[in-house]
This record gives sequence, structure tokens and C-alpha cells, in this order.
Amino acid sequence: MTMLSIADLSVTFGGLHALKNLQFEVEEGEIVSVIGPNGAGKTTFFNMISGMVTPTAGEIIFEGESLLGLDPSQVTERGIARTFQNVRLFANMTILENVMVAQHCRTHQKVFGALFQTKAFKSEEDAIRKYGEEVLSFFGSRLVGYRLDQPASVLSYANRRRLEIARAMATRPRLLLLDEPVAGMNPRESAELTELIGRLRSEWGFSIVMIEHDMSVVRDVSDRVVVLDHGETIAQGPYNQVANDPKVVEAYLGRPVGSESSTEEIRP
Amino acid sequence: MTATSESVSISQTPGIAWRKQTRFALIGALSSAFVALAGMPVGLDRRSIVYPVLSMGYLSLLWIPFVLASLAGSETVLEGMTARTRGKKDLLAGGLVGFGSASGLALLMLLIQNFDLRDPLVNWSPQLLNLLAFNQPLAVGMFLWLAFGSALGLLGGAMHVLPKKIRSHIRNVVLTVLAVSVLETFLTDLLEGFGLEILTDYIYYKRGGLEIVGALLVAALALLLPLLVGTKLTDAKQKVVSLPADERRRVNLVLLAASAAALFVLPFFLGKITNELLANVGLFVLLALGLNIVVGLAGILDLGYVAFFAVGGYTTAVLTSPNSPGFSPELPWPVALIIVILLTGLVGLFIGAPVIRMRGDYLAIVTLGFGEIIRLLFLSDWLSGWFGGAQGITNIPGVNVGIATVKGTDPRSVFLLVLVFCAIAVYVSWRLENSRLGRAWMAIREDEDVAEAMGVNTTNTKLMAFVVGAVLASFSGAIFSAKVGSIFPSSFLMLVSIIILVVVIVGGMGNITGVIVGALVLIGVLGGPKQPGLLQEFSQFKLLIYGALLVWMMLKRPEGLVPNVRRTRELHQEEFLQDAWLKGEIDTDDQEDPQ
Repeated sequence: MTMLSIADLSVTFGGLHALKNLQFEVEEGEIVSVIGPNGAGKTTFFNMISGMVTPTAGEIIFEGESLLGLDPSQVTERGIARTFQNVRLFANMTILENVMVAQHCRTHQKVFGALFQTKAFKSEEDAIRKYGEEVLSFFGSRLVGYRLDQPASVLSYANRRRLEIARAMATRPRLLLLDEPVAGMNPRESAELTELIGRLRSEWGFSIVMIEHDMSVVRDVSDRVVVLDHGETIAQGPYNQVANDPKVVEAYLGRPVGSESSTEEIRP
Repeated sequence: MTATSESVSISQTPGIAWRKQTRFALIGALSSAFVALAGMPVGLDRRSIVYPVLSMGYLSLLWIPFVLASLAGSETVLEGMTARTRGKKDLLAGGLVGFGSASGLALLMLLIQNFDLRDPLVNWSPQLLNLLAFNQPLAVGMFLWLAFGSALGLLGGAMHVLPKKIRSHIRNVVLTVLAVSVLETFLTDLLEGFGLEILTDYIYYKRGGLEIVGALLVAALALLLPLLVGTKLTDAKQKVVSLPADERRRVNLVLLAASAAALFVLPFFLGKITNELLANVGLFVLLALGLNIVVGLAGILDLGYVAFFAVGGYTTAVLTSPNSPGFSPELPWPVALIIVILLTGLVGLFIGAPVIRMRGDYLAIVTLGFGEIIRLLFLSDWLSGWFGGAQGITNIPGVNVGIATVKGTDPRSVFLLVLVFCAIAVYVSWRLENSRLGRAWMAIREDEDVAEAMGVNTTNTKLMAFVVGAVLASFSGAIFSAKVGSIFPSSFLMLVSIIILVVVIVGGMGNITGVIVGALVLIGVLGGPKQPGLLQEFSQFKLLIYGALLVWMMLKRPEGLVPNVRRTRELHQEEFLQDAWLKGEIDTDDQEDPQ
């Protein structure tokens, strides 16, 4: 079943076409990698799905309903959560609070419950805490125990990335958008995270769209790879097929001077 | 005052940083001259600290060489490094800073003697010269200042040479004597309530300030008390901390109940003046707690907060006063309060809705505008049929609570009423801070975009902060109008917003205790925008001191007097991370922790 389908999507910043007539689909339970050289529009693509950028044209359908015109928080409520390329945690909140606050749209207690400490309020707080710890324990012992009450700013870079994923998981999404999840990690760490991404699907049932530059991660985990260049899809399919596509090679490595190319046009 | 970066670089050089000392001497000279020309010595001369040797006027100058010399000598010692051994040179350096500071005054005296600049500088007067010269010939006065300055500077420098214990004793004694002298009104009032006025009559001079004997007595007490009590207090605290969690909770609860009971009994032992003062402090605590939710928790810089105070006050006035020009239902205060809460919440929504979509500077400016708009609406002829324009609304009745009527003429009852509402406000702040809503506020303060992306509806959540803040301010407004009995637009100047913000910042943003301490210190001691504080003599320099305090706090202790852990972390991120690293709390290696 198609979970997310994007049709003819375009975004223009002034005269710059960040994305042009993009077609994109994610099946339920699929892991799709989006790759492309710098400036290809990958992060804009994520920003658009998550509602932070409004597309100029086109349609985004998630589980049968349009996401256009929704605020980022409403998109999250529909079941799409994201992480950020440049880790953006709530640095002065504790690790537990980071995942607790992410459950905001799944919980309901307001001023009244907090003031009168109603039963519903207390049980909801307990549930929030418990689910937060559950999400954190997905990463082994790294983010739990004494770490729970430490501020996020003391974490190492790799652990911050893990906490970002945990925070996205805590919003109880069905589709997870990971923006360069292994950037800045060493090979051992990225291998481990690759495995975790696989488990995010098998154990938690998330469908995943992932932007990644590390080709070994892309190869190991994704069902399908979509290649963007200058805001356009230039190839998609299984990793092996895409990796050998001449257009992809060209986008990454450039093409020999003077040779013909079918994608050539003058770009603003 | 400006030496954060310097103090770090010094610790690497073994000797004394003479450049820094020179700079501090210059700062001292300039600030002495500034304080003198601001009129503080003359204006404050009437109030004695220790009669007849020290008046507040002289104190306003004498602290400068001491404090600056002590500041100039302080060095940051980094973890793992040994501090430089201090010696005679430090004394010399301190003395020089003191001498430099005093020479600014000496020069000023010469200038006053020879030139007349009275036209632009009002305080450039023979009176000032006389005072500065101790009523002696000029040369004698100049010499005396240089001597005093050097001696005090020497003492300031000595603060780094003396052993820690002696240093803390000196600090104790000086601060206690000053505090006892400054808190005279309060202490006399309090002891009178307990029937102990003999004590205060003995130590205080009848026209204000301590007698010499009294000062010596207080000093001796300040010296002896720590020796007698010793470490018992910290021991007791240690004991409580080491208790198991639920027992510690019980002890804390008992302590809380005891202090609450003490607070509610206190007004019965206090005189009119102190009760009045504390009632004013309480009104500002209410306002500051409300603003603390908006600024401290949700990070929305609201510079027009006085608007909600005004709406609360005016609504109460209209609903309860028989003199209300347009509509006068003469409701009893408690009924009016419910309407006030609803209405102020609504106004919060109305003002908040357009404002909340903005961020940072823009938001601050727009809230500033709305604050003024509300005041001008109350002042306008257009609405004078409802709110009385500049004439305001008078004859607002007190609060009838069955056994007694809370009225401005009975400050004790006002204070009790304020206390009840402060308790409510503290409870509300505390509960909300530790709830889903509070976490969402904090997330918005940290990073609004990410909070939104993580499913927090930032518009609604920020509006909620605005409304809760508005309602707390309306409590204050409602009590204020019942207390004063009349209400005018001039009570709600922009200055009030600024002062509430200063209270929050100086006390410690995001911290309930901090906000209360801030209100006690600023409103209690210095006084509010119109309310006198303990130091009534200060009223003309109030804003100057507010400003100086704010600048100093921003430079040296931006987290406030009683800081919030989170904000301290945020403002001292590097130091905090360094500490965490040294303690091994930071994870640098990414090995899986052994289970």
C-alpha cells in the first residue's frame, strides 16, 4: 500500500528551482534512501514533507490525505517525524525531557490537570515517562540510567544523533524521515546504526525515508534509492541499478568536457 | 566591571596584570566622579549608616576603591591549575587601584573649585565640594580622599592575601552591619511587634542609622554567631540530603509548612510601614511570577506586560466602584475577580494572537506597543465615559471577606490577601513548569522550529503562556485597585513593565525562588516605580541603581541571583561542559557502557 505519494512537486525560492516536478512514493514498510550531490534539494524535500516549507506546486498525499497547508506540528500528528541534518536537540533539557516533549501531540493534559493533579494527569505523565524510557532503551544503555537526567548538551556527537532519532520515535510516527543519520560517525558506529535502522522497521514498524551520503549505509539498508540532482529525480530503483546508472555517476563525478548529455539545460 | 575575557587570560601569566589594575583604577576614578556628579553623596548624606561617622552619602563613594581593588585582584583559577601565591605586591596593586579611584575625586574637587559647570551639571555645587572636602580646606580634603582611597584599596587587595576564613569573617561583619543599618525600618517594626523595642532603641540612632556602640555590637554578633553555630547548619542540611527520598520529602514538607505558617503569622507582628512594604513586594511578586512564565519558561520577551496589570486593575475598578462612570454594577470583589480573570485571559488571547506569530526583537517591540496602547486607551477621551480618562476611577471599595475588610488603610489585611494570591501563583507556576505544557514551553524557548516539528503546536502553546501570565497579572491588578482605592492610567506606565522584567532578570529567570528574591531585593529595598522601598532616600536614584544593577548582572551573573539550573547551563555552556568533562560525565568515547 502506498503510504506517501508525492506528485509534480515543485519549490521555488525566488528564481531558484529547489525542486522540480518531483514524483516520489513510499510503500508501507519500505526503506527509501534519497541521495544526491550537495545542493540537490534533499533537505528541502524533507522540509517540504514535514511542513516547514510550502511547495509552490504539486501534491503530497500521506495515507490518503493531503499534507499541503498543514503546520509542521500537524504533519507530525499525522504520523511523520523527522530528524535534522545539523543535530538540533533541546540542548538544555534533559535527555528524558527531550523524548517526553516529543510526545506532546500524542497526549492531551492541559492546565486543569496539571493544577489539580488529576488521576488522568498523573497516569498520563507516567505513561509519557515510561514510553520515553522505552524509546531511549532502544539504543542500549547509552541514553538511559544516569544519563536520563543529564542535559542533552553533554552527549557525544554520535549519541546526540541517536537521541534525535529517539526523539523522532517518541512522536509515535509511522513514517520516519532521517536526515543524514550517520553523518560524523565512525565506520563502526555507522555500521551499528545501519543495523538499528533495519530494526526500526522490523521491530517498530516504521517506514523510513533517509537522506544519506554514506553509500555503505545506503546499500545495506535501503529497498530503493532515489537520486536527486538540481531538484529533479534523475534515477531511482534498487541500489545496484542506481549505482551504475551513468546519469548518477555523472551527477556525482561530473561529465567529460564536450560530451553530450540528455539532461543538459541552462539552469537559473 | 568589564573584564570577563581579561580575567581568563591573566591566570596564565605568573605576575600581577598591571594593565588590568590600571584599567580598574581608571574605572574607579570615573565611577567615583560619576557617582559624585549624579548627586548621590549630597542626596544621601542625610541617612546615616553608622552615626555620626558614616553616612550613606559617603558610603556611595567609599565602596568604590574597595570593591574595584578587590575585583581587580581577583583571578580565575582554572581547574587543575594552582593559584598564584599572593604577596605584598597584591597589597600594593590594591592600594594603587584605590589611589587611582580616589584621585578621580580629588581631580573633580579641583575642577569644581576652579570652574563653574553648574549649568549642565546640576550637582556641580559648592555643597558637593564642601561635602567631599569633609568641610575642611580643599587640600586637606583631597589628601584625606587619597589616603582613604589607598587604604580601602589596600584592604580590597588584602582580600586576596588574607586566609579564606578571615576574609569570610570580614565579609560577614561588613555586610551584616550594612544590612542591619539598611533594614532599620523593618527590624524596628518587627522587634516592636515582639515587644523588644528596647533592643532597637539601643542600637539605632533616633534619626536613622546605627549608633557606634550599636554598630560594634552588631559587628561582634556577626563575628561570634558563625563561631557559635559553626558547621551545625551545613551538617543539618547534609543530614537531610542524605536521608532516603521519601523521608527527605517529609522533612521538606514540614519545613515548607512551617515557613508558610510563619509567613502567615508574620504580618500580625509587623507594623503598618512594613506590612505596606511587603504588600507592595507581594504585588510585584505576583506580576513577576506571571512574567516569569512568559519570559522565563516560554522565552517570549513581553515588554508590555503592564497591560494585563492595567486590565485587571481597571476591570476590578469598573465592576466594584460606585463611582465608575459608565457601568457600575458594584459587585463584591470576589465575584468581580472571576470576571476579571476571564476578561484578562480574553485580552491576553486578543493581544497574543497577532503578537505570537512574531519572534525575537519584533515580538518585543510589538508587545511594547500593545502595553502603551492599552494605557492610552484607558487615558483616552474616547473611552473616558467608561474609564474616566485621566481622572481615573475613584472610591473603589475594599475586599469584604466576612470578618474584615481588606483596604489600603489596613496594610496588614492587604498583605495577607496578597500572600494568599502569591501562594496560588507559586503553586500554579510550579505545577505548570513540571507538566506537559511546561515542557512544551521550554522546548519552544530552546528551539521554536524544532519544537514545532516535534509536534508541539507552538501558536497555541505560546498563547497559553500569554494567557496564564495575563491571569496572574490580573490578580495583582485586582488587589492593587482594591488596595489603593482609586486607579489612574499613570499607574501603568511602560516603566512598570520594565521594572517587572528587571525583577525577573535580576532574581533569576525561570526560577520561582529567584523571582521572589528579586522582588524582595528590588521592590523591597529599592522600591517599585511608585512605591517606596526600605531605602526611601534612594528613590531619586532608584532607576540609576536599577540600571547599574542590570548591567552588572548581565555581565557577571546573567543567570540571576537565584539561578535556574537550565539557564545557568545555557549561559555558561562552555564552563559547564568543561566541568562535566573534568568530572568524566561527558561521553567522548562512544563505547557501549558496560551493563
